[in-house]
Amino acid sequence: MRRLLYLLPFLLFIGVGVAFYLGFERDPRDIPSALIDKPAPVFELPPIEGLPASAGLSSARLTGDVTLVNVFASWCIPCKAEHPVITRLSREKGVTVFGINYKDKPEDARTWLSRNGDPYAAIGADQDGRVSIDWGVYGVPESYLIDRQGRIRFKHVGPLTPEVIDQQILPMVKHLRQG
Amino acid sequence: MTRVLSGGLRRGVLGGAMGVVLGGILALSAASPALSVQPDEVLADPGLEHRARAISQELRCLVCQNQSIDDSNAPLARDLRLLVRDRLKAGDSDEKVMEFVTDRYGDYVLLRPPFKATTLVLWLGPFAVLALGAVGTFLFLRGRRGAAATADTAPLSADEQRRLDALLRKDD
Repeated sequence: MRRLLYLLPFLLFIGVGVAFYLGFERDPRDIPSALIDKPAPVFELPPIEGLPASAGLSSARLTGDVTLVNVFASWCIPCKAEHPVITRLSREKGVTVFGINYKDKPEDARTWLSRNGDPYAAIGADQDGRVSIDWGVYGVPESYLIDRQGRIRFKHVGPLTPEVIDQQILPMVKHLRQG
Repeated sequence: MTRVLSGGLRRGVLGGAMGVVLGGILALSAASPALSVQPDEVLADPGLEHRARAISQELRCLVCQNQSIDDSNAPLARDLRLLVRDRLKAGDSDEKVMEFVTDRYGDYVLLRPPFKATTLVLWLGPFAVLALGAVGTFLFLRGRRGAAATADTAPLSADEQRRLDALLRKDD
């Protein structure tokens, strides 16, 4: 019994060590969103200048069906990496994807979309980044899943991957469409 | 070494040069905290600007994470600094401005975490460990005193006393 007591500090040390070691696995960039389960911010964004057949994006469009809002920019390399994944989600999986074009030059955004394709149902241009701050954006790309009532239900920071789509987004879309 | 000591004049010149260098370093280090805040961000009203600086120093830059937005050169930090100033200009209180930012980014942006249910372990953990240590020390010391009283300080038996006396006598 007494000997066990002497082991206690050592065991505590092991415990603390394991806790810290597991901490290495966590991504410090992945900050939990303060907006989960809250209504999406009220906003109205103009279309990307010079983009034909574009009406901009406002919060009114986010109700009715489950939608994904994707914050992107032409200067953002991971955005290019996730673009085919978003295109597949929009064209093959039937999820409406809206874009917020974050602090981009209109001509750069237009070139980028014509080169990589435009899977977005509508795009709002957030030139000064104010609306994105209302969304709690701190780095592009970021994606938000919005339920039928227009509430934010899920946030993904960083590029979307096929794994995130299959394992997290699509099951949630299915669940939210029923609710 | 000898060269420096050789002439008072040389030392005087050296001291002067050192003074200029030191003065320069001091001037630079005094200016550095203000480098991130661009001149075009500064508010005309010094009172509001002072409040804006104070608030900015409490808010974490989400890009660099261990700098306040007042310290950081990241574009998002600049946007947040401008936002803080806009809110102040619109007549918000300091608390209102903080609330505005935490509503969007959560408690994570606060460099000083608030005291609430989810942060109890963070705030009280160290005191709990201290208390645990105090209890442990108390028990350890009491146990040792108890053990000492029973085994080590028991009066000598008659046999032990005789042997001790014999040894002491031998020494004389």
